[in-house]
Amino acid sequence: MELKEAFAGTLESGDIMIQIAPTNQKGLQIELDSSVEYQFGNQIRKVITETLTERGITDAAVKAVDKGALDCTIRARATAAAVRATGVDVWK
Amino acid sequence: MQRLRRTMMFVPGNNPAMMSDAFIYGPDSIMLDLEDSVTMAEKDAARLLVHNALKTIDYGNTEMVVRINPLNTPYGKKDVEAVVKAGVQVIRMPKTETAEEVVELEQEIEKVEKELGCLGRTQIMAAIESTKGIINAYAIATASKRMMGIALGAEDYCANLKAQRTPSGDELLLARETIVVAARAAGIDALDTVYSNLNDMETFRKEVELIHRLGFDGKSIINPRQIEIINEVFTPTEKAIEKAKAVIAAIKEAEAKGSGVIAVNGKMVDRPVVIRAQRTIELAIASGVLKKEDL
Repeated sequence: MELKEAFAGTLESGDIMIQIAPTNQKGLQIELDSSVEYQFGNQIRKVITETLTERGITDAAVKAVDKGALDCTIRARATAAAVRATGVDVWK
Repeated sequence: MQRLRRTMMFVPGNNPAMMSDAFIYGPDSIMLDLEDSVTMAEKDAARLLVHNALKTIDYGNTEMVVRINPLNTPYGKKDVEAVVKAGVQVIRMPKTETAEEVVELEQEIEKVEKELGCLGRTQIMAAIESTKGIINAYAIATASKRMMGIALGAEDYCANLKAQRTPSGDELLLARETIVVAARAAGIDALDTVYSNLNDMETFRKEVELIHRLGFDGKSIINPRQIEIINEVFTPTEKAIEKAKAVIAAIKEAEAKGSGVIAVNGKMVDRPVVIRAQRTIELAIASGVLKKEDL
């Protein structure tokens, strides 16, 4: 799937900023910056991976700066970044 | 028992922290906003945030409302799809001017509900924010069986009216009374406009007392600090509850004896007095200051 560079989210508390960029490498390379990485890093990566895969993004460089976002926020921001990167909307 | 709608708290739809914490303050309804508090560039992201929050966060007994963008914008129909799919209880339509607009929204909701197999799940409330909307208030209030309430949006209404906003709110009196009369005639709820000066709680209280006297069910609010004052004003006093209990007891006794007109403390009690007493009791129970078993 053709991607353009895009991001969604903010750096406010309770939010997460997710940036997606095209890459020549295979797979999703997720670079995560989170104050709760030790406790929740794997879970945050899992939600981002699941969400992007659902949107058809399998190869991309992903940067995520987390400020304590809930899973539903991570999912929403990853989806928004994916929609912006692919130009394919979720809604009819 | 009737649902309390004393406080409907606005929460910007693009602020995840506020969206997850809002219910802690105990508003009767939370209104996640996709309209004025979200910039055009963030409409897509806010819609996704609201969709995912509604699907995931347990808001308990708090009624969940979403204010969508008008249907004649590029965002409105997508908003409807996103929030109906997430199971929102009420869609609040902004800037409603005619009954036809309510019908159009109803058709959009139905399309999504049919797909999901949950026809009739979503309720509608209409914010009336123009002179044309006020003229059509009753038609709007009765435009759909999904209608649960109408609300006044004072800023746009006053701009349209060419009136000045004043602390006393004289310029809003006709609109407020029209909203309450239309809502009552339609059998739905009436909600007042926001009060936006958080540094003047004294004028805020006066405004809440005014709309309570006028018959409103509640008010849209912009900050949790406003909740306590509204609940205080809308909760029946101990004296009012005692009086209402006496009226209900007297009417029950009269019914048992087969007599029509009764008197309580030397004052004649007729049907309207009984209706008001019943409403006081219902409100006291719903507010948690009276228990059913105490009756």
